[in-house]
Amino acid sequence: MIHTRGLTRVFAMKRKEKVEAVRGIDLDVEAGQLVAFLGPNGAGKSTTLRMLTTLLPPTSGTATVAGHDVAKDPARVRSRIGYVGQRNSAGEEYRIRDELVTQGRCYGLRPREAATRADELLDLLDLTPLAKRLPGTLSGGQRRRVDIALGLIHRPDLLFLDEPSTGLDPTSRAEIWQHILRLRETYGTTLFLTTHYLEEADHMAERVVIIDGGRIIADGTAEQLKNDLAGDRIVITAGTEQDAEKAARIGGGTAEGTTVTLRVDRATAALPDHLRALDAAGVKVATAETIRPTLDDVFLSLTGRSLTDDDIPA
Amino acid sequence: MTTFLRDTTIVFSREVRPSLRNPVGLLFEMGQPLLFLFLFGALLGGAVGSSWQWFVPGILVMMCLTGPMGAGYTLLVELLGGTLERMLVTPLNRTAMLVGKSMKATVMLLVEAVLIIALALPLGFELHAAGVLAGLAQLAVFAVGLGSLSFVLAIKSAPNGTLFYMVSQSLLFPLLLLSGVLLPLETAPGWLRALGQLNPVTYIVDAQRALFAGDLADPSVLYGTISVCAIAAVGLHLGNRAMRKGV
Repeated sequence: MIHTRGLTRVFAMKRKEKVEAVRGIDLDVEAGQLVAFLGPNGAGKSTTLRMLTTLLPPTSGTATVAGHDVAKDPARVRSRIGYVGQRNSAGEEYRIRDELVTQGRCYGLRPREAATRADELLDLLDLTPLAKRLPGTLSGGQRRRVDIALGLIHRPDLLFLDEPSTGLDPTSRAEIWQHILRLRETYGTTLFLTTHYLEEADHMAERVVIIDGGRIIADGTAEQLKNDLAGDRIVITAGTEQDAEKAARIGGGTAEGTTVTLRVDRATAALPDHLRALDAAGVKVATAETIRPTLDDVFLSLTGRSLTDDDIPA
Repeated sequence: MTTFLRDTTIVFSREVRPSLRNPVGLLFEMGQPLLFLFLFGALLGGAVGSSWQWFVPGILVMMCLTGPMGAGYTLLVELLGGTLERMLVTPLNRTAMLVGKSMKATVMLLVEAVLIIALALPLGFELHAAGVLAGLAQLAVFAVGLGSLSFVLAIKSAPNGTLFYMVSQSLLFPLLLLSGVLLPLETAPGWLRALGQLNPVTYIVDAQRALFAGDLADPSVLYGTISVCAIAAVGLHLGNRAMRKGV
């Protein structure tokens, strides 16, 4: 569905400065996948998405989306993909339903088809009672559902979503996700979305692609990434600092005060053995717990930075 | 060509819908040039002789300058939100988008022209139908060109839009004053007239006045036509390029 080779975008700034937003991305996404594109602000997520959706011509490299080259045949790509941008896309002076019908017409539907399809989508996304309202009178979650409806009007096989749930309250976020997942179940739509909510990428996507500084630095299922790149941890509190140091030596971990942290492969399986070994060495253990890594740990181990620090220089 | 016409119609009907749903706003918008015509035109009566014949084409050119700038403003709003982006990911023809968006201003202009002429007739305005039609056709082309240019300006001034206001405001008055829309340039000092000759709008104003006087063969008509066609060609070219380069 998506195949890119060396996809690059350079922005020319003032005084001949150049910003390489995306530096040679190779990516293959098969039909039916749900891919989360994860990265800090300024990592190149949106720029990549805008190239894949023909909004921005690549500086170099190629991208084939839904069977057509984005640079050579943008019109064909456009007719087969849907895109839900970061910002709200319904015009402020327009009724929701009017905008949906117009959008359908833009994709070449006949007036009657567009109207039928608009009503279907209003129904699908629980927007029917709001059909005649202006976007300004809707809640954030409702507006986001309108954006999604606009992106789906022509039944695309592939839908791009740029930060679909950013800025919404937890209930609305869950609701948006429910709709996204249902879409996939019902129509088998391939979904490619960016997010900076780690737990969303972790729970919802079957594949996580991590981008940083314009390059893909990791790619796999959330489980794989966590196992391969971060690993489980066992955290133990010892009775005294001496005991803690001893425990750290035995398990090969690090001690800080009375707290000892060990990196292991499968923490739940390793914990009993480790506790027995400590017992045999006479170390008193007060508490013990196993910690599964998060995608943030993955990012941290790859870059030395945390994904949740949002102010990473571009 | 059929997709082009269809796409233009789609964009145009989207543009006019809010106005049709709220006709009061439309009335106010249309009332302003009328005020200008009658308050300023009456003042001018003493200065330029038969003022209506002279002033009506001028006021139409003036509307043609201000209307499409409004079109750029609506585009700027859509650009700062996500609306433009949402239209740009559709297969919609890019030129059709520019033309369709400018067309609202053009249609308003045509409706208003009819209104102004109808109101000026009893005051002594002489109607030369062929000339007026040719003049309006010229203005329609001019409006598409200006509309596209103002879209380019809007795109260039993203993300905050300051540039748009700065440029459009600082261009509008020199273009107007140097074209002889409001007061004749004939009595102006030499340097001012020379500046006027550099202003493409001057040629359009002259052409409009010739056409509204029924003087279809006047050379100024040719110059005016060249001027509007050049503006439209440049506008559409730059508009297309701006969209291709990404917004």
